[in-house]
Amino acid sequence: MTKTIQHTILKTKNLTIGYTSKKQQTVIASSIDIDLHQGELVGLVGANGIGKSTLLRTLTKVQEPLNGTVFINNKSLFETSHLELSKSLSVVLTEQPASKNLTVFELVALGRQPYTNWVGNLSEKDTTIIEKALIQTNIKSLKDRMCFELSDGQLQKVMIARALAQDTDLIILDEPTTHLDMYHKAYILKLLKTLAKNTNKTILFSSHEIDLAIQLCDRMVVMTNNKVVSDMPCNLISKGIFNDLFPKDMIAFDKKTGSFRVKK
Amino acid sequence: MPNQNTYKLPFTVLIILLIICFLGNLSLGSVSIPTTAVFKSLFTTIDNESWQYIILNYRLPKAFTAILVGSGLGISGLLMQTLFRNPLAGPFVLGISSGASLGVAIVILGAGIFGGSLATLLLSKWSVVIAASLGSFLVLLSVLAVSLKVRDTMAILIIGLMFGSITAAVVSVLAYFSSAEQLQQYIFWGFGSLGNLSWNELFIFFCIYLLGLVMSVISIKALNTLLLGENYAKSLGLNINQSRFIIIIATSLLAGTITAFAGPIAFIGLAIPHMVRQVFTTSNHKVLLPAIFLFGAIVMLICDSIAQLPTSDYTLPINAITSLIGAPVVIWLLVRKRKMMF
Repeated sequence: MTKTIQHTILKTKNLTIGYTSKKQQTVIASSIDIDLHQGELVGLVGANGIGKSTLLRTLTKVQEPLNGTVFINNKSLFETSHLELSKSLSVVLTEQPASKNLTVFELVALGRQPYTNWVGNLSEKDTTIIEKALIQTNIKSLKDRMCFELSDGQLQKVMIARALAQDTDLIILDEPTTHLDMYHKAYILKLLKTLAKNTNKTILFSSHEIDLAIQLCDRMVVMTNNKVVSDMPCNLISKGIFNDLFPKDMIAFDKKTGSFRVKK
Repeated sequence: MPNQNTYKLPFTVLIILLIICFLGNLSLGSVSIPTTAVFKSLFTTIDNESWQYIILNYRLPKAFTAILVGSGLGISGLLMQTLFRNPLAGPFVLGISSGASLGVAIVILGAGIFGGSLATLLLSKWSVVIAASLGSFLVLLSVLAVSLKVRDTMAILIIGLMFGSITAAVVSVLAYFSSAEQLQQYIFWGFGSLGNLSWNELFIFFCIYLLGLVMSVISIKALNTLLLGENYAKSLGLNINQSRFIIIIATSLLAGTITAFAGPIAFIGLAIPHMVRQVFTTSNHKVLLPAIFLFGAIVMLICDSIAQLPTSDYTLPINAITSLIGAPVVIWLLVRKRKMMF
């Protein structure tokens, strides 16, 4: 990456995430300082149960942070209404849509909801943006198919197209590659890379595909037991951050190949 | 939607069917009146005064009631199925019907306990309507109060069912202490009835129905967003609590008044949305809502025509006819191999 002045899309300041119950606060991770810039593909990695989902839920205003602030487009998340936020942040969740009895076009069109009138009629501009999202995700040919007919891989592309149609600066995806085979895992992540580059959107995704993420991401956020680090993959490798990702007696990170190896 | 034109044909067919069923419903009844006379009586006065009276003051309000009941129950069924993401939800899942039953049971079965002149006052038709409305409203209010505390939509569904069981149990206790005559009266209410509504009553019915309908139409966009699930809906800027509140109120206005004026009509609310989804193969509420309005009205008009047993003096309970049509549909839906859509 060339060091040009980049517009910061997402910024967290001294963020502490976790849960509050009646009696006490459970801190999952603290002192999180992340800066994500325009057009970056960012992978969020960490072991199961380390708090990736909690972090994403906090960044998407589903739950409150225990401390600190999240800024999207330099505006604090908690001064932003849900409707305002829906114009700068779109999501792809792990859950399937509640109903798949819609055509692909209709489902992608739901991404335009924040912009449409009270009954949800699409303007010409809306239709153009939807068509563009369908082309960018290579699912133009599926346009009139019903969503219940699609494979997992195709449906994931449709959900990404829906997020694109929402026309936001930031897209956050929660484990977009689960349930997919090797080819589709690589395909989806490469698609995200292309989208980030061509549309200049910031795309943040959580994943367990660390090898693929290292190869494709402009920046990675690594969550370990002690800290949350955000940097370019090559810097993270040279700092040896990936070694702390998993218990060392089982898997070790190979700096030369940039991948993990099981200890025999 | 760009493919809106593909729906033009089915909608035209439905509108024509509705007109045919409406006129057919007016022409059929225990007194046989020639169709030409039915037509004439709608626009001018005809020579046969009793025919004119039957059509204008009995059959016409009954046909309008059938349209309101069929469309209203169908739409409230659709609202509940989308809100609860459950294809087996109907307008009565929130305990609306059982609340109304409780109100009516207290009035009819409890009348014996109060006795005397109070009993005759209680048994007037308006008291049944008011009791049914109050009953369904109170049950709904409790469900709403709980829903403010419980965020999970599924939990609200179950709480609605639980309220239903409680009220049903109270009705059973009341029934146990009632005379055979009162029981018969209560059971007759449970059969449902589209007739016997005066124009005044119909007007009040229509006003509340209209309010519910307007709230449903306002909710179309929210309902479509909810097709993605609540988390996605939230990310699209939808105010979930507000939308849920409007949808629940709309359902209770529609199903509540219908139950108050026509009794608990079974199955229509559950079955109509499924039938329409089969025909239109979409869950887009912009298409479903008007289609269900038309289809529900048509089915109810047909059910009523059958219940009249044309040319005979008998009238079958409308609830029996709707169940005879509705139950096989529900079974068919469950037996079908394809996953149930909503």
